[in-house]
Amino acid sequence: MEINIQRKVLEANETQADRNRKYFSERKVFVLNMMSSPGSGKTETLSITIKRLMPHIRVGIIVGDICTRNDADRLGATGAPVVQINTDQFGGDCHLAAHLIDRAAREMDLDSLDLLIVENIGNLVCPAEFDIGENAKAVVLSVTEGEDKPLKYPLMFQVADVALLNKIDLLPYLDVDLNLAVDNIQKVHPKIPVFKISAKTQEGFEGWIGWLKGCVNG
Amino acid sequence: MHEMGIAQQMVNIALESIPRDIVNPRVENLNLRIGKLAAVVEDSLKFCFEIITKGTPLDGATLLIESVPVKVRCRACFHGWEVEGPVFTCPACKDGAVDILSGRELEISSIELADD
Repeated sequence: MEINIQRKVLEANETQADRNRKYFSERKVFVLNMMSSPGSGKTETLSITIKRLMPHIRVGIIVGDICTRNDADRLGATGAPVVQINTDQFGGDCHLAAHLIDRAAREMDLDSLDLLIVENIGNLVCPAEFDIGENAKAVVLSVTEGEDKPLKYPLMFQVADVALLNKIDLLPYLDVDLNLAVDNIQKVHPKIPVFKISAKTQEGFEGWIGWLKGCVNG
Repeated sequence: MHEMGIAQQMVNIALESIPRDIVNPRVENLNLRIGKLAAVVEDSLKFCFEIITKGTPLDGATLLIESVPVKVRCRACFHGWEVEGPVFTCPACKDGAVDILSGRELEISSIELADD
C-alpha cells in the first residue's frame, strides 16, 4: 500500500524561519546571514563593517561557532550587542538552524536595532541549505582559498545575494587571478554584486557598506 | 555533514504518516525527490537512515531517490534551460540573472507499506 505524503523534509526549519522573518519584520530589523568557509576573515570583516555603520545604523550580532566564545569577544569590542551560539550542545552542528536563531534573537532588544547580522558557522556547504529567516545572504570568500571555490560550492554562491572577496592585500604574494575569482562567482550567480575588500587594510569597504545601508534603509 | 539531521526529519515525517490502525506496520520503500543542487550526499543519507531506523517500522526500508534536475530561467531574455554543471550563465544572451525553477527539492513523496 502506497501512502502519499508530498512534504518537505526541512519543513520544520522552514516554518520556524518564516516565523523568524515575521518576528524581525514586526520589529523593523533587517537580517543578514553571513556565510563563508572557516578562516575567510568573516569576523574581522564584520568588526570593520560594524564600526563603519554605527552609530547611524544600530547593529546587533548573533555569532555561531561549534565551540568557543572567541568571536563574540572580538565582536563585543565594537560595542554592538552580541549573542554567541555554540552548536556543540546540539551535536556540533555544521550550520545554524532557524530555531537557534529564534532562541538567540529573543535574548536581544531588537526594538533598539536596525540591522541584525548573523555570522554563520564557517562552512561553504550546509549553511546554504538552511533558511534562518534572514532578509539577505552574504558570502565571504578570501583570495587565499583559490579562484575556483565558487565552482566547487555552487549552491552557496547561488543562494547568496552579495559576495565579498576578502584579503586582497595578499594578492602580491599569491598566484591568484582576482578577475577570474569574480568571473567564477558570477558564472554561478550572474549579476550578483561582488565587492573586493581587505579587512586588514580596510580597502574597498565603501561599496559594501553602501550596499548594506541600501538594504537597511530600503 | 547535516545528513543525520535530514534523515531524522525524514524519519519523523514518515512515521507520522503511517495510519494508526495498521498493526505492526513495515515500510518497504520511501520515495524521495532530491534536487541536484541540494546539499545532500545520498550515500551519507542512506547510511544515517539505516542507523536511526533500527527497531522502527522503517527498519530495512529502501530509499528510492528521484534526482530532480536543475532547471532555471533567465530574467533578461526568459530563456529556460537545464543546468548540468556549476555555471548558470544564460547560453542564449550570456547576460541576466536567473530564477531557479527546480533542483533544490528535498521532499518525501510517499511511503510504501508491506502488505503482510
